[in-house]
This record gives sequence, C-alpha cells and structure tokens, in this order.
Amino acid sequence: MSPTDPAAAPSGAADNPVLSVAELRKSFGSNQVLKSIDLSVSQGQVLALIGPSGSGKTTVLRCLNGLEIPDGGRVAFRGGPAVDFGQRVSRKQLAALRDQSGMVFQHYNLFPHRTVLENIIEGPVQVQKRPKAEAVREAEDLLRRVGLHDKKDQYPHQLSGGQQQRVGIVRALALKPALLLFDEPTSALDPELVGDVLHVIKELAEDGWTMVMVTHELAFAREVASEVVFMDGGVVVERGHPDQVLRDPHEERTRQFVHRLLNPF
Amino acid sequence: MNVDWELVRTSLWPIVQGGLTGTIPLSLASFALGLVLALVVALMRLSGSAILAGIARAYVSVIRGTPLLVQLFVIFFGLPSIGVVIDPWPSAIIAFSLNVAGYAAEIIRAAILSVPKGQWEAGHTIGMSPALTLRRVILPQAARVSVPPLSNSFISLVKDTSLASLILVTELFRQAQEIAAFSQEFMVLYLEAAAVYWVFCLVLSAGQTRLERRLDRYVAH
Repeated sequence: MSPTDPAAAPSGAADNPVLSVAELRKSFGSNQVLKSIDLSVSQGQVLALIGPSGSGKTTVLRCLNGLEIPDGGRVAFRGGPAVDFGQRVSRKQLAALRDQSGMVFQHYNLFPHRTVLENIIEGPVQVQKRPKAEAVREAEDLLRRVGLHDKKDQYPHQLSGGQQQRVGIVRALALKPALLLFDEPTSALDPELVGDVLHVIKELAEDGWTMVMVTHELAFAREVASEVVFMDGGVVVERGHPDQVLRDPHEERTRQFVHRLLNPF
Repeated sequence: MNVDWELVRTSLWPIVQGGLTGTIPLSLASFALGLVLALVVALMRLSGSAILAGIARAYVSVIRGTPLLVQLFVIFFGLPSIGVVIDPWPSAIIAFSLNVAGYAAEIIRAAILSVPKGQWEAGHTIGMSPALTLRRVILPQAARVSVPPLSNSFISLVKDTSLASLILVTELFRQAQEIAAFSQEFMVLYLEAAAVYWVFCLVLSAGQTRLERRLDRYVAH
C-alpha cells in the first residue's frame, strides 16, 4: 500500500516538497487561531504537530483540506494546485486542494449506515468513478493489511474504536492521496486500543506515505516522525528533529509542554 | 338501535372501494409530491441564503397557520374567480401536497440537522460535493430519524383526505355519505367509514414499524 506517486523524492527534497504552506492565517471571530504558519513536508516525511489544546494545530490540518478556509496565506501541493488565500478562492480550487489529501479524524466519522467495505469504496466509486470491482479488490487488500478483512460486511457500530479507526485510515488510503492527514487519531480510543492504530500508522510511514499528524503521543512521534513541530498560541514555537525537540528543546515553552505531558502528576 | 346488517354488508365494499380508488391514491400522490416539496423547502431554510430561507419560513408559516379546508376551498372554489379552473382530483392533490410539505419540511430540516457535522466533513474529505454528501451520507441518516414523525404526517393525511369529499372527489367518506343519504342510516354508515379508516391506519402503522426496523439495522442498541 505504498503511495502511488512515482515521483519518489530524492533525499533532502526540501526544495521540492509535497506540501508547502506559507504565512497561513486564520481567525474565528476576534480569536486569531493561526498567526502565520509556515510548513513544508517532503516526500515520505512524517510531520508531527504537537502543542497544547487551543494552540491551532488541528486548525492547520483543517486548513489544508478546506474544512476551514484560511484568511490568508498560501498552500501548495507538488504537481497540484497552489492556492493563495489572500485572494478570492473558487470552489474548484478548494476541491482540487482537498483532493490532494486524505483525512483521518479523531472520532473516525465513519458512515454508520454503510458497511466497512462500503465506507471504503464510497470515495473511489462515487467520487473517483473507478470500477466497483477494482475498488472492492483494493479495499479488501487494504483491510487484510490492517487485520480487518473479516469485518468487511459489518457496520461501524459493531466494531471497537480501534477497529473503526483502522477502517477510517483505510478509507483515507483508498483514495491514494499525496498526503495523509491525521487529527489526533488515537485521542478518542481506550488506552489498550491505541497500540493497534499506532502500529498501522507506523507501517504506513515505513511504506513511504507522506503524513502530517496532530498527536499527543510523544513517544510515537519520537519514533516515527521525521520532524516535530511544536505550536503554541497560533505560532510555530519550535521545530526540528524529534530527538532534539522532545529531548532537548531550545524553547522554554516547548520544555514545559513536553515535561507536562511526560509527567502529568 | 336496530342495526341493519344487510346494509352494512352491501355497503362495505363500495366504501372500501372508495378507499382503494380514492383515499389511498390521493394520499400516496399527495404525500410523494409533498415530500419532494418539503425537501426543497427544508434545503431552502438550510441554504444560508437569507432570501431563500425567508421564503421557506413564510411558506411554512402560512401553511401551518391556515386550515387545510380553507386551503382546499381557495384552490377549488377560489381560483376559478381569477380564471384558474382545476378539476377536483388535481385540486385535492395540490392542496394536500402543499399542506403536507409545510409540516414535513420542518421534520426534514430537523432530521438533517440531527446528523453530526462530522458526517459532512467526512464526505468533504473523501472528495464529495455538498450535493453528493447530502444524497449519499446525510439524507439516508436523516431518513431514519424522520420516519416516525413523517409516518404521523402520513396517517394524518390519510384521514384528512376525507375533506376532499367536499370538493366532489369520490373517496371513502363520500361513498359513505352518499349511501347514508340514500338509506338515511347515518350512524351505521359513518361508523362503518370510521372503521375502514381505522383499519387502513392500522396497516400503515404496521408498515411504519417494519420500515423503522429496517432503517435501524445499522444502529447500536
């Protein structure tokens, strides 16, 4: 289930990122949630967005696929659209932007009235207009990979949270996006179910998928992420290699945040 | 009171026939049209456009704020005076479907709003347009929520179609009226009509239960 994009980036492809974001701004009413965010993700990179709640990390994610419309800034995908939110953005531009990424939600957001298999083939068949037999075959392969092939005809409510989230991941993969977005994918799970989901995400990372992930799982971020970005108050406070940001942060705010997460009492 | 059982026996079939050829087709046609119109009105209210939402609100307000009988009479007896003459059957269908739409629009609107926002977002992130998300994701879930209240509307409508007898549509109640006028057995005939309506509604309630069970299969209990 490696990404289909043939343009596997040469090492150090920062010049040619899959995604680049510049000066992203977003306010809700008078509350300025994102003050000017710059990001760039290279092919095969896993970017972990960490930070306290309200820091704007989820909003960054939601600005990348049009769930929120930024007030300003530029979002560009390699080989895809570059959108300048400083100007009027058409629906078509937004749709083109959205089609570059797949999203995994904190609360899974599976379609409760469709079976596992139907959830997965909905996008490929209804949106991408691919032949149903082909979509089903691919969906079954993916389900086998995440250990849920025997659940394909069940409804979401018959699955555990961890199983539902793995279906959510497969639903995003089935569209073969250039980028996978994860919004706190394990935050709603019972602790004993977190491992299964993280295991799947780690495998995806090893397969070379490019990902941006909002997470509170610092141990996971340290192991899987290629870069950690710490946000607070709508700005990027610190970014760098996971070992550096999580073990030896330069900034006091990062230090406090990491300390609090590792020592909650 | 002496019941003329022979009259009950001979009048039963004409009354049931009035139901089968009048009441039921009238109800089904009006409800189907009414639901389509209701969906349009509900979507206008949810559209975010102040003008469309205002029109929809005014429509619901007028329909709910005026008697069905008056609406029926305006269409059948009123419109001819401005040169619009409509036959009894189409008049009845127009009046009933406009009326049903006023009530069903609010039911459908509430049902759509009851579907969690995350479902719209999930549709969006897999590339669906809002229209496709509405059709494939939201409405199937809204349908489940709206079946009980819409069934109530439908059962009310079946009984309300008796008003069509006043504009000369030959349906269940008009059959009973005509036989009653002829035989002068008002009590017997009207109770008989009531019994037939009741049986129709029992069948509908059973259908509602089955439909609810079918739509509930994907919900945790």
